[in-house]
Amino acid sequence: MGVLSPELLEVAEAIKARYPTGRERSAVMPLLYLVQSVEGSLTREGLREVAELLGRTTAEVEAVATFYTMLRTRRTGIHVVAVCTNLSCALRGANAVFEAAHEAAGIAHGEETSEDGLITVHEEECLGACDAAPVVQLDFANHDRVDPERMHELVAAVLAGEIPAPSRGTAPNDFKHASRILAGVEESS
Amino acid sequence: MSEPVTRVLTANWDDPSVFGIDGYMAKGGYEGLRRAIAMTPSQLIDLVKVSGLRGRGGAGFPTGVKWSFVPQDTGKPTYVVANFDESEPGTFNNREIVEREPHRFLEGMAIAAYAVGSHTAFVYCRGEFLWPGQVLDAAIREAYAKGVFGDSMLGGGYALEVVLHRGAGAYICGEETALLSSLEGFRGQPRLRPPFPAVEGLYESPTLINNVETLATIPAILTNGAEWFSKIGPAKSPGTKIFSVSGKVERPGNYEVPMGTSLRTLLEEHAGGMLGGRRLKAWTPGGSSTPMLTDEHLDVALDFESVAAAGSLLGTGAIIVMDETDCIVEATRRLVQFYAHESCGKCTPCREGTWWVSRVLSRIELGYGRPEDLPLLDDLGRNILFKAFCALADGAVSPIQSSLKFFRDEYVQHIEERGCPFTGRGPGVEGAAEPEGVGVGA
Repeated sequence: MGVLSPELLEVAEAIKARYPTGRERSAVMPLLYLVQSVEGSLTREGLREVAELLGRTTAEVEAVATFYTMLRTRRTGIHVVAVCTNLSCALRGANAVFEAAHEAAGIAHGEETSEDGLITVHEEECLGACDAAPVVQLDFANHDRVDPERMHELVAAVLAGEIPAPSRGTAPNDFKHASRILAGVEESS
Repeated sequence: MSEPVTRVLTANWDDPSVFGIDGYMAKGGYEGLRRAIAMTPSQLIDLVKVSGLRGRGGAGFPTGVKWSFVPQDTGKPTYVVANFDESEPGTFNNREIVEREPHRFLEGMAIAAYAVGSHTAFVYCRGEFLWPGQVLDAAIREAYAKGVFGDSMLGGGYALEVVLHRGAGAYICGEETALLSSLEGFRGQPRLRPPFPAVEGLYESPTLINNVETLATIPAILTNGAEWFSKIGPAKSPGTKIFSVSGKVERPGNYEVPMGTSLRTLLEEHAGGMLGGRRLKAWTPGGSSTPMLTDEHLDVALDFESVAAAGSLLGTGAIIVMDETDCIVEATRRLVQFYAHESCGKCTPCREGTWWVSRVLSRIELGYGRPEDLPLLDDLGRNILFKAFCALADGAVSPIQSSLKFFRDEYVQHIEERGCPFTGRGPGVEGAAEPEGVGVGA
C-alpha cells in the first residue's frame, strides 16, 4: 500500500493542475506537505511516491525535502512547538521561553522530540511577528508575547489534549493537520 | 487645515470590515484597478514611473522602471510573482497588510499583472504564515467570485489566474532568483543574473517580482494620482512607508509615516519611546542585514539616500531597537547564527564564513575570546562581503562590521575580562575552567 489513498491521489492530481502544463515539478512542495499530512513526517516511501507522481527521481525530491525546515525528514512529534529566538524576540526574553518549552515537554538539551513522540520543540528563526515578541508557534499557529509561564501553560494544554486558541485565526488540530492546510487541500475542497 | 498625509496603506486598519471584499469595495477598493484597466499598459507604467515609487522589499529599485523592463514580444507567457516570503528578521509589515486588508495587496497585484501583460500571477507565501495564507486563499476566492480575477477582470475582458504557492521555511527564498527556483520545484538557491527575471524568470519566461508592500501601495497611486504620491516625503524616495518597530520600545508595531521620518519621531510619536525609559544603544534601520546605527543617528531621515549617507541601508524599514542593557556581542552572535543557518550552501564565502564567524563570536561572548579574534573578524568580514553569489552573505557582514565599528570597546572588554559584562557569564567572571571544545568555538 502506498502512502496516499486513492482519494488523496486525486487530490495530488488537482495540486499538480495548479501549475502550467509541463511545469508540474512546481507541485513538489505542496505534494510533500500532502504526504507529510498523512505520515506526520517524510519517510523514504513518501518521498518515492512524490517522485513517482512527478516523474522525477527520489533523489530530486529528497533534495527539496531536506532543504526546507517545515518539511521534516526526521522524527517529529504529534505537535510542533516553534520558539523564535532571533534578535527581536531574544531582546524580549525568548531564550527563557525556549528553555521553558524544553522543560515543559520533558525534552533534554540537544534533543528535539519528546520520548513519547508527542512534542517536537524547534528553535525558530524570525517569524515576522516581532511586534508580539517573544513569538511561539504551535503547529504554525501564532501565540503572541509568550513568557516562560505561558509556555508551560501552552504545553500543558497540549499534553491534556486541548488546542489552545491562537492569537489570530484558527488553530490546526496538530502538525499533520497543519501540513494538510499547507498543501492547500483544506481550502480548495 | 489639511493634515499631513501619514496613512494610506494602513488607513483602514482600524476597520475590520475591510478584511472581506465587500467591505473593501465599500471603502472604494478596486477603484484603482478599474481606472488602471481603462488605461493602456504603457500609460499605466508611465504613471507608476511618475509617482517615483521605489520597491519596498529592500533594494529600493524604481517600481515603474522595473515594470518597463518586462518585454512584450517574446512569444512566451509573462508571469507576475508576488513576494510574500517576508523573513528578514525584524520585518513584519507584509504579514499585517495581508491579515488586515488582503485585497489592497491583491488589487495592486492585479494592476501590475495588467501593466506587464501577465495572465498568471503567483503569490509566494511564506510557509510559516499559516493563517495569513488562509486569509489570502479566501480573499483570492472572493476576488474570483466578484469577477476581479478569472476570465474578465471587472468585466473588461482581461483574464488573470492567481495561484497561491506556499514556501516551507527558508529565508533565502525571499531573494528573487532563489524564490523562482523554489517555485519551480527546486532547492531555493539563487541563480546567476543576467539573465534578469524580467527577461528570463519563472519557467524561463518574462517575470515581474514585487514585494507585497510595494504592490499594496499601487492602488492609492491610481486613485489619488502619481503627482499626489510623488509629493509625499523626499523627492527621491517619495510616499509613505510602513516601518516595523520592534525590540526595546514601549509599543512595538507597524507605523506608517512619510519616507524621511526620523527614528526620533517614530519613537516619540508612535512607538511610545524606549522601553522603561532606558537609553537607546543601537538599532537597525532596515532589518538584520542592514548595518547597525547608534543614538547619534536618531535624527537621520529614513529614506533610501539619507540612510545610505549615514552608512547603512533602509532595507525593509525594519527597526530593531536595543538599549543600554543589551550586549552587542550577543546580539551580533545571534544575527550571524541566523545567516549561518539560512545560508543555502551554494558558495563557500557564505557557507563557511558565516559558520566560522558564528563560532568566533560565540567564544568571545562566552569569555574565551582571544586578542587576535578581532582582526580575525575584520578579515573574515572582508572575505565574505561582496564575494558570495547573492546578498545573503553581505547581510551577514552588516552586523559584524557595524558592531565592530561602533562597539569595538565592548568586544575588547569581553576578551580582556574573559566574560560578558551583561550576562555575567564566562570564566573571568565566574572563575570557571574552560569547558572542553570551546577553544575552537562554542
